[in-house]
Amino acid sequence: MELSNNNTQFSLYGIFKTVLVRDLVVAFRHPSDLVNPLIFFMIVVTLFPLAVSPEKQFLAQAAPGVLWVAALLATLLSLDMLFQSDFQDGTLEQLLLSPQPLYIGILAKVMGHWLLSGLPLTLLSPLLAFMMFLPSEALPALMITLLLGTPVLSFIGAVGSALTVGLRKSGLLLSLLVLPLYIPVLIFSAGAVQAATIGLPIIGHVALLGAMLALALVLAPLAISAGLRISLGS
Amino acid sequence: MADHLLQAVKLFCERERRVLFRDLDITLDAGEVVQIEGANGSGKTTLLRVLTGISDAYDGEVLWQGQSIKKARIEYQLNMHYLGHAAGIKSALTAEENLRWYAALAGRKLDDRLWEVLAEVGLKGYEDVPCYTLSAGQQRRVNLARLYLLPAKLWVLDEPFTAIDKSGVAAIEQLMSQQVKNGGSVIVTTHQDLSSVANVRKVSLG
Amino acid sequence: MWTWFHRLGSPRWFYNISGRWLPWLSVAAAILIITGTVWALAFAPQDYQQGNSFRIIYIHVPSALLAQSCYMIMAVAGAIGLIWKMKLADMAAKSCASIGASFTLLALVTGAVWGKPTWGTWWVWDARLTSMLILFFLYLGIVALHSAISDRDQAAKATAVLALVGLVNIPIIKYSVEWWNTLHQPATFTLTEKPAMPAEMWVPLLIMVLGFYCFFTVVLIMRTRFEILVREWRTSWVKEILAKS
Repeated sequence: MELSNNNTQFSLYGIFKTVLVRDLVVAFRHPSDLVNPLIFFMIVVTLFPLAVSPEKQFLAQAAPGVLWVAALLATLLSLDMLFQSDFQDGTLEQLLLSPQPLYIGILAKVMGHWLLSGLPLTLLSPLLAFMMFLPSEALPALMITLLLGTPVLSFIGAVGSALTVGLRKSGLLLSLLVLPLYIPVLIFSAGAVQAATIGLPIIGHVALLGAMLALALVLAPLAISAGLRISLGS
Repeated sequence: MADHLLQAVKLFCERERRVLFRDLDITLDAGEVVQIEGANGSGKTTLLRVLTGISDAYDGEVLWQGQSIKKARIEYQLNMHYLGHAAGIKSALTAEENLRWYAALAGRKLDDRLWEVLAEVGLKGYEDVPCYTLSAGQQRRVNLARLYLLPAKLWVLDEPFTAIDKSGVAAIEQLMSQQVKNGGSVIVTTHQDLSSVANVRKVSLG
Repeated sequence: MWTWFHRLGSPRWFYNISGRWLPWLSVAAAILIITGTVWALAFAPQDYQQGNSFRIIYIHVPSALLAQSCYMIMAVAGAIGLIWKMKLADMAAKSCASIGASFTLLALVTGAVWGKPTWGTWWVWDARLTSMLILFFLYLGIVALHSAISDRDQAAKATAVLALVGLVNIPIIKYSVEWWNTLHQPATFTLTEKPAMPAEMWVPLLIMVLGFYCFFTVVLIMRTRFEILVREWRTSWVKEILAKS
């Protein structure tokens, strides 16, 4: 039998698809993991009218910030599923040991996380925007910023997640590390929605969010792979 | 002097302010089995993680065919399988899906031998059920199937006999003998006596 | 060049050489800070708008500057530790985290003290103060991560990665906070933006800044020396030192 494997074929797209599809299949077999962040999103938004005031005018004014903070927290909550279970069952170290470029595997994992958290949140947001009396002309701005901003949150969150994977009680620590880094995304996104409610153009905000996404896309996987190697290396 | 298949030179490793091993030299050639022994907590798993390159928190060097595994990482990882403490199995997926994932990570396609091999490791009739319905021992067998399906020059096995019954133990020893016969090598941590396997060398830690 | 670099990486060499620097640096820090304080409090003229309360900038500005440069030093030291596996850099980075957090806190507190007579409240969501608050959170994150990981080499590497990620983010955070601030708070006067400060005002400030940097270096060296002793306690040269004292 031939034991040598030096003639193996590499395909970047192939490895991307393999990792992504597996994560999606696993998530769809545990639907509760998928739905819980969405329920959390809805509950957090519901708390604001109860805590402050159900008055239409107040809610409409607070809506951009409230919706964005709730979406941010929901993303944070869902970070748990990114690496933790793979770490526990040992498949994470196998991913690290694969001869494939880790960068691509990580891109696929973060992409999978976004498809399972950021995208559903974006799709659910019109309903909550309606309940928060967000002016309808600001709805496209809300959805565009969510569409561009939540992947950045996934990337930054993945860095924190990689650094804390395997630690006891990592959940609270993870929020501590990641939340301050989320601030720029929050400021520009909520600012864009706010601007849209009074009819101002949001193209500048969108461009900035796009730039942040591009930066995260390039740099975050490097930090994530370094973080994973450190966390698994002990 | 020809390069060894795998060579560890003057390994020094410290965890949580405790020295696990120092000045540790290990050589491994084709067709050899190295059995690593030591009490619990003596650093066997850490040593395997260093040798596989998962951990780079050590001093010294690990050479694959004469080249540092940091430099020859891809080539090393193409030719090495690591079975760790955890089963390495996604419990929501079936045995087949798990193995296809491994094959894709290794850059290879699975052929029809998959079904034969699953039967051989004693998983006939369990091919299509999610792995969380399998017992711990059966899950480890799924991982063993990898060794049949995706040949590699070096196997690194961390306590492969955990949660495995008697017939399973015999099967793994058989598998290791086969690997040695094919000119492959094995590094294994276990307290089991590998009497039926040829060419076993013992290394003690601690 | 490289031998020098490697010698710098040796804790023992650093311990010895830094022991010789320490007295000089301490004296310099003391002289600068005392001169600066006396000058700033007694001789610098009053601000025509804010009266005497502006004098807190002589503490606020140096600590705010240090808070930021300390983060940079920490990230660079962390990177050196990551790339060249230089243990000394790890120790310095670890020392930087808590020192930086202290200076950030000092900048926040002095900012609040200044805010009371000037704005009439202890806290205002001013762009600089808000950025400083976020920087404080970043420091706390680093400290928390370090203390959550029991293996110190792993802790050093993980915090180094986090510090580098933070370093990339700090300019973005600063920019976004400034932008947010102009949106919500049309220009009030801030603590540090002085159009053309007269020399009698900025010279003591410069002295204070230099003094703070010297003080920072002294503290950093002392903490790093302490780290060295803790980490290298098994080696013979540390045992010798400990036996002497």
